[in-house]
Amino acid sequence: MPRINSPAELEEFRRAILSKRDDKRPCITLCSGSACHATGSEKVADAIMAELESHGLKDQVDVRRTGCHGFCEQGPILVVYPEGISYLKVKPEDVCEIVSHTFKEKKLVERLLYVDPNTGDKSSHEHDIPFYKNQQRLILGLNTKIDPKSLEDYLAVGGYQAMAKALLQMTPEQVIGEVKQAKLRGRGGAGFPSGTKWEFARNAPGDQKYVVVNCDEGDPGAYMDRALMEGNPFTVLEGLLIGAYAIGASEGYIYVRQEYPLAVDNLTVAIREAEEHGFLGKNILGSGFDFTVKVHRGAGAFICGEETSLLQSLEGKPGEPKPRPPFPAVRGLWGKPTNINNVETWANIPVIINKGAEYFSSIGTESSKGTKVFSLVGKVNNTGLVEVPMGMPLRDIIFKIGGGVPNGKKFKAVQTGGPSGGCIPEEYLDVKVDFDELMKMGAMMGSGGMIVMDEDTCLVDIARYFLEFLSDESCGKCVPCREGIRQMLKVMTAITQGKGKEGDIELLENMAMATQGAALCALGKTAPNPVLSTLKYFRHEYEAHIKEKRCPALSCKELIAFHIEPAKCKGCGSCLRKCPANAIEGGKKTIHVIDQEKCTKCGTCIEACPAAFQAISKLSGVPVPEPPAPSARALA
Amino acid sequence: MCMDIAKIDNIIDKHNAEQSSLIQILLDIQSEHNWLPKQALDRVGERLDVPMSRIQHITTFYKAFSQVPKGRHQIHVCMGTACHVRGAQRVLDTISDAIGIKAGETDAELKFSLETVNCLGCCALGPVMVIDGEYHGNVAPAQSAEVLKNYE
Repeated sequence: MPRINSPAELEEFRRAILSKRDDKRPCITLCSGSACHATGSEKVADAIMAELESHGLKDQVDVRRTGCHGFCEQGPILVVYPEGISYLKVKPEDVCEIVSHTFKEKKLVERLLYVDPNTGDKSSHEHDIPFYKNQQRLILGLNTKIDPKSLEDYLAVGGYQAMAKALLQMTPEQVIGEVKQAKLRGRGGAGFPSGTKWEFARNAPGDQKYVVVNCDEGDPGAYMDRALMEGNPFTVLEGLLIGAYAIGASEGYIYVRQEYPLAVDNLTVAIREAEEHGFLGKNILGSGFDFTVKVHRGAGAFICGEETSLLQSLEGKPGEPKPRPPFPAVRGLWGKPTNINNVETWANIPVIINKGAEYFSSIGTESSKGTKVFSLVGKVNNTGLVEVPMGMPLRDIIFKIGGGVPNGKKFKAVQTGGPSGGCIPEEYLDVKVDFDELMKMGAMMGSGGMIVMDEDTCLVDIARYFLEFLSDESCGKCVPCREGIRQMLKVMTAITQGKGKEGDIELLENMAMATQGAALCALGKTAPNPVLSTLKYFRHEYEAHIKEKRCPALSCKELIAFHIEPAKCKGCGSCLRKCPANAIEGGKKTIHVIDQEKCTKCGTCIEACPAAFQAISKLSGVPVPEPPAPSARALA
Repeated sequence: MCMDIAKIDNIIDKHNAEQSSLIQILLDIQSEHNWLPKQALDRVGERLDVPMSRIQHITTFYKAFSQVPKGRHQIHVCMGTACHVRGAQRVLDTISDAIGIKAGETDAELKFSLETVNCLGCCALGPVMVIDGEYHGNVAPAQSAEVLKNYE
């Protein structure tokens, strides 16, 4: 591959790529992000190749494996161009029909189209599906158009234009000015103004400076960084390079969790391609700017997402946080000025440089500009990655885009911001989502995890869950975090087990305040948020656990029991056959009975009982009724 | 147990025997052997000139590392929030009952190792379990125990 030495050569190269491409040429794109990969997109890809071969269409149809499209629950996702027909949940055996119907006869394969669960309407194109229709995919949009291993694809959609513009037409100060004017705030969670952060690093004295991409996405329930890094590593690299130029850094690091092997692979290819074309290395595009990048894999520690810990880890040490100041902008990696931003933050930079600060800041709210990618998961119909302008009400995200709560259950709360965030109840669903509004609710933007919970979710258990997670992940360096979280967890665990005492709630509140005030880093300072927010909005659930030994959501294992109602049992044996603990007694035409001693409360029996019978119920806070005597169990 | 020191040396050389690459070197050894044998750690310490105390600190701090041998089949159950609200704990409990070990343990025959992970980033498919790198999404407790019967 030729090295590209100037913006003119870049444009010439781009023209050459585009001249080989034809928008009207048939093309199949297949989502190959991690979720689709898990649901079998690999086998679908093999089937596509074999099918095209057997029809002699191999040279007439392009096949492109793209990154995550976002509608993960409906994967594998296959889109047929030029029409843009979207097929969902595609299996290898469907491919034959897609090729013969859609390519040869230009007909739709109806059963693979999206069906709206509420109206029964079918949609044949991505832009018609409510999930996509209400989004604004500024950052994620390119994922569906490019193969993450093909630099040519990225150049074909305008890639590296922003880099050329920044390096050749703008001074570093102008770049920083543009980012400041765009009012971009860090997407890692805290929402610090990115331009200001860059300026600190630029103004810090020192010849050697570093820039770092934080892709240690440990937040349970959030995976937008994964999707971006896997689907479009080029844009992250381009953003990083522009930032390095603005700050005056000649070296960069990309810190990726080792749990994301595909992200590491795709990124490694993107870096190699960039090096070969001269987009990394010496004298990039003839601008005189030099920049190199290294990939560093994390080793499984949530705390390494915290910037001072991440830097320790980059140096090959245990990732323990350091007090700030000094901030990394002044004394970071190897003691040199360092700027760290999250993946999504870096990915916003090319957009800002290409389209300008004015365009960017026209999107969003007064204090939070641009879009935000959320991972909308949990008890919601359309799960997946969602990108919306800042300021969209929670209700629109969950009900318009997410399609509401499945199985006719009632919405209970939405948890935002992961372990640092909080739970928001239904009465505040009209709050506009931005950094400050969420903070006012006692929740947080965090990295953008949005977990929807229905009436079956126990909020006390959720708060306990986050404490358990954090107690496990606390690095243990400072006492308030190490002990504070552990003691809160002890009290919370006792409550969910029905061993809660009067005064526990007040004790929790005291410990939460102490931990919040005294912990060294953000992990400890924000750890009490899930407890405090659930106490604020769902205090009655705590009280039911403590005073009545009852779990209102029928979820806490120690407080519930499963019971077969004799009047409803038809003796079909479905539950008995499925029970993994052999806890069900019964026989043909006999009322079944659960042995409460043996029951592990896994809930398999409820799922196994035919919907027409619904003979099994969950109980909490009441004694389990005595089963009928063996002699009285025969059914007519 | 016999160790191939040349292989370890290769990994160390690939990272130019730099002290700052300690974690990267250990990750490579871990993915090669599934665990970190003492001999390998000794060699790393020697070549990188890093004291064993620091290596031990790292191998115990980061979750990716194991200083005990792992089973032939590795089961990872995702305990991320999305999986949690969809019943990951019940899946974990059922698997644990079925194979007789707790999370973090390996059975005596070295057949299975059971681990929990905090979010695999496949939240839309929860609950998720991964066996030897193969993903199983939307698993029900009984089904998870059933799948394990296919492993020798």
